[in-house]
Amino acid sequence: MWEYTKTVKDHFLNPRNVGVINDADGIGEVGSLACGDALTLYFKLDENKRIKDAKFQTFGCASAIASSSALTEMLKGLSLEEAEKITNEDIAEFLGGLPKQKMHCSVMGRDALEKAISNYRGEAEKKVEGEIVCECFGVTDLEIERAVRENSLKSIEDVTNYVKAGGGCESCHDKIQKIIDTTLGREIRAKKKVIRLTNIQKIKLIEETLEREIKPALKKDGGDIELVDVDGNNVLVKLQGTCATCSASQITLKHYVESKLRELVSPELLVEEVSS
Amino acid sequence: MKVIYVDNNATTRVAPEVLEEMLPYFSEFYGNPSSMHTFGGMVEHKVAEARERVGRLLGASPEEIIFTSCGTESDSTAIRAAILSNPNKKHIVTSRVEHPAVKNLYEYLSKNGYRVTFVPVDRKGRLDLDYLYKSLDEDTAIVSIMWANNESGVIFPIEEIGGVLKEKGIVFHTDAVQAVGKIPMDLKNTSVDMLSLSGHKLHGPKGVGALYVRKGTKYSPFLIGGHQEKGRRGGTENVASIIGLGKASELAGANLSDENTRIKRLRDKLENEILKRVPNTMINGDRDNRLPNTTSIAFEYVEGESILLMMDEYGICASSGSACTSGSLEPSHVLRAMGVPFTAAHGSIRFSLSIYNTEKEIDFIIEKLPPIIERLRELSPFWKKAV
Repeated sequence: MWEYTKTVKDHFLNPRNVGVINDADGIGEVGSLACGDALTLYFKLDENKRIKDAKFQTFGCASAIASSSALTEMLKGLSLEEAEKITNEDIAEFLGGLPKQKMHCSVMGRDALEKAISNYRGEAEKKVEGEIVCECFGVTDLEIERAVRENSLKSIEDVTNYVKAGGGCESCHDKIQKIIDTTLGREIRAKKKVIRLTNIQKIKLIEETLEREIKPALKKDGGDIELVDVDGNNVLVKLQGTCATCSASQITLKHYVESKLRELVSPELLVEEVSS
Repeated sequence: MKVIYVDNNATTRVAPEVLEEMLPYFSEFYGNPSSMHTFGGMVEHKVAEARERVGRLLGASPEEIIFTSCGTESDSTAIRAAILSNPNKKHIVTSRVEHPAVKNLYEYLSKNGYRVTFVPVDRKGRLDLDYLYKSLDEDTAIVSIMWANNESGVIFPIEEIGGVLKEKGIVFHTDAVQAVGKIPMDLKNTSVDMLSLSGHKLHGPKGVGALYVRKGTKYSPFLIGGHQEKGRRGGTENVASIIGLGKASELAGANLSDENTRIKRLRDKLENEILKRVPNTMINGDRDNRLPNTTSIAFEYVEGESILLMMDEYGICASSGSACTSGSLEPSHVLRAMGVPFTAAHGSIRFSLSIYNTEKEIDFIIEKLPPIIERLRELSPFWKKAV
């Protein structure tokens, strides 16, 4: 069944602004027959450089037609600077929401708008940036990264719903997963960086983490750890108990102690052992 | 709103006669056919009658019929039985255009130690028999080929394939879910070892199917449990639905000639009129060798979901060949296997008729559909460029 809102159905059955503007100021074409949907967007500016008229032609499913119709309605009266700020989420919101697997229709609207604005400004057609990841639909790593970042996409299925990548032969699924992981990983780290620790705060947090998280874990194996000093991002520690004589102690240090401290305190920390 | 239902390859209406025959077996004669008492025994007789009716439709004897819960269960049971009875053979064969019930099981098996051959089809959806025969070797455990394709309606030469496989001693299963009740069958004169069918595709209820297993075919149950179905399928029988499937089989046998004359004529009228009235339109599949009720029509430069949704406004129920709901917008694996060009695959609509369709309904579709295509083409950036 189609889970479309009344607004989507209305814009599909009674699409606004269908057609061509022969003396358009900007034209944006996206999609293709092979991809299953395509949109050509036209706009005309008035003397104050505001969008006077917008028209579209769309090949695609109901939500593709409705998204295009909605976009042309949203554009009228806007300056190009205002129009530029329209996101795919805005288009979906205008329609009262789109089913998740149809979000790529709103992305297509946003892409056509960007192209039409570049076209007006005389910017050369942007070359395909990045590397093609999904061969079936010609989607690049940068496009996937952007969709993941802007819409907080978490799974390959989400990516397919938004930019179609991975919906064909599925051979690129590993690559898409990597892009999701690194993009989201980077996001989390970027957020963490905002909290800048002073030296005292850093030392306190390291001590707390050692006491609360690391020592109890080492003690289970009969080991222990002592904080000797903190020099910038270098954390100097002394391993004790069984850890001191354990041949795997360097692995414990790097893989467990350091990664725990990086996770909970600061990603820049380096842990070093000082001999007693 | 009046519904014009031309999506009978998806599911069918339960025939009123079928429902009538089922109803007493819910709360009046609710006995367990396995019980010793007369009350249960009465039900057992009725289940036996259903088995005979299904057998008669297929040209099989009643003992060769096992009742299941659906076509998918029948497919899984048959394919797994063949594999279990040939533990040393690690090659299995099917076509590229199977229903997911078979296709996905084969894909699963291909990741679990089996070598799989997917036999291709040509532009008209006809099976590449040479390819099939050349793939067979000592290691082949089973060949599973559908009798008729659900999207294109193309019928495969099951008798011929069966003959070749019999000579080589390879188990042959056919998913005949779309074919049973639409074309005549006489299994005792073919070399099919196992055949799947489903109740709801032939005006029976959903949730019941059957598996034909030729006498002498090595078999092992999929559902292991009680002694029901002679130990070939554990679980208390879905009595009312089995009785419904029996009645539906009887009706299907009686309606076969109507299906192949009147319904075929309505289908032909629908596609001929649409082809005549709508330019850049073609039929997917071999027109000379199809189910009498099915047509897959490709409209270039428009997208299937839009057509369906606009027909929905008139109460016309059909289905599309594009998997638009998946977000990927990939056309169906059947149309892709047939090599239908993208320009047409995205705009392919399947109409599948039943004996309940009338000439008036077909005329209504012929009247309403061309303006819908015209309207969508007006919206499409490719249309004016193309013509």
